[in-house]
Amino acid sequence: MDKLVAQYSRPQHQNESYSEQEQQDLTESLPPLSLKFSLPPVDNRASFLRAMTDDHSNPSCPIKLAHGTTTLAFRFQGGIIVCTDSRATAGNWIASQTVKKVIPVSRLSRGEDKPSNDPTPGLLGTMAGGAADCQYWLRYLSQQCTLHEIRHKRRITVAAASKILANLTYAYKGYGLSMGTMLCGVTPQEGPALYYIDSDGTRLPGNLFCVGSGQTFAYGVLDSNYRYDLSVEEALALGRRAILAAMHRDAYSGGFINLYHVKEEGWVHHGFDDMNPIFWKTKLEQGEFSNVTSEL
Amino acid sequence: MGSPFDINGGACVAMVGKDCVAIACDLRLGMQALTISNNFPKIFNYAPSTYLGLTGLATDVNTVSDLFRYKVNMYRLREERHIAPQTLANLVSSSLYEKRFGPFFVSPVIAGINQTTGKPFICGFDSIGCIDFAKDFIVSGTASEQLFGTCEGLWEPDLSPEDLFETISQALLAAVDRDALSGWGAHVYIIEKDKVTQRLLKGRED
Repeated sequence: MDKLVAQYSRPQHQNESYSEQEQQDLTESLPPLSLKFSLPPVDNRASFLRAMTDDHSNPSCPIKLAHGTTTLAFRFQGGIIVCTDSRATAGNWIASQTVKKVIPVSRLSRGEDKPSNDPTPGLLGTMAGGAADCQYWLRYLSQQCTLHEIRHKRRITVAAASKILANLTYAYKGYGLSMGTMLCGVTPQEGPALYYIDSDGTRLPGNLFCVGSGQTFAYGVLDSNYRYDLSVEEALALGRRAILAAMHRDAYSGGFINLYHVKEEGWVHHGFDDMNPIFWKTKLEQGEFSNVTSEL
Repeated sequence: MGSPFDINGGACVAMVGKDCVAIACDLRLGMQALTISNNFPKIFNYAPSTYLGLTGLATDVNTVSDLFRYKVNMYRLREERHIAPQTLANLVSSSLYEKRFGPFFVSPVIAGINQTTGKPFICGFDSIGCIDFAKDFIVSGTASEQLFGTCEGLWEPDLSPEDLFETISQALLAAVDRDALSGWGAHVYIIEKDKVTQRLLKGRED
């Protein structure tokens, strides 16, 4: 009897962990970081780069990078919700209102424009901070994930993928990279997994993260309404509402609400919708945002 | 810390039409990225057809608008008549220059119709009182660069009051949608010889 129980009570994915050999392959197959980026020919590069690019401490810095964002992701009973705004600013100038801040990672999830509503397998990354830094390094991560998939005939775990990115940001620590990103995915080994990685080299697993200039506003809404056992509909509405609050109060967030749901079979896109009609609908129908005047 | 002109945000624009003028402002009051209020009008009325728009540091917007309320009231009591927009322009200019070495951080805009001549009048100022007389439009605030673009593109001479309202509204809304620090609704005044129409525009709420 004990034998029988043991046979059926094994953890579901016990056989899917990595062998010693595989782990060694994994670490060795990663190419060494190509530090082939040209660097400024000065003694203290890190502080020079920071002085040139940090427009918060020095508004007249010569190199203006696109900044300003609100992004959020949270785990719940039905998977992971990912929601972002779509504004890019350079100083007070709104450079774009139609930025896609959710970036699909890994080869299989490249069919962004395909018409079907089926879930697309793969991970999702969010982008906050320097737009170019996020786009470039998530593309690099995507490449590494695809190579992993080919070498090991199995999709990379979110833990491993996030560690590739975190090791990378740590290697470039002090060189002025600016990124705060969340990696989300559901894998057989981990279930729904969510990691926060930033340009300081931080890597944190967690249930709920908000990143960007509007993060405090999003946390405010999310913390007061979040439960792990939210239904899918409730979770989607909560993600949308938290981003809406941030877009309204934060000058550097706005534009369109970009909403994703990550579940076991992959991620599903739930629209890229202009915030303004949604805002007035929320205000007039639900009676929220009573601070906004709508009559003279 | 950025420029005092960019802390609270805000935009204002004035335009000339045929026998009418228009002045419009946004409604945002912020502290850098944080929006504090969505109902902070920046246009003040000093006589039946004389209006002053003030953008810049909010504390100075309040101080300067109150200062001119006092000065214009004193003018009206002494002269027993309403102040003309041209006279207000000279008063604003010399009052701002009094603070030459410690200026108010505001960029005023005046729009009105002179009741004696019946002619429309607009002008703008820098923070120490240099008057900018214009025949077409005046812009000020954090979205002034965007406003120059939209006004250059949309304004044409001799617009009727209805067309002027449409033009100034589109110019302001389009401009503040490209500025992070202004927007959140707008007030528009259309000033004719013996009629003033005030309207609220519902702008984007981001």
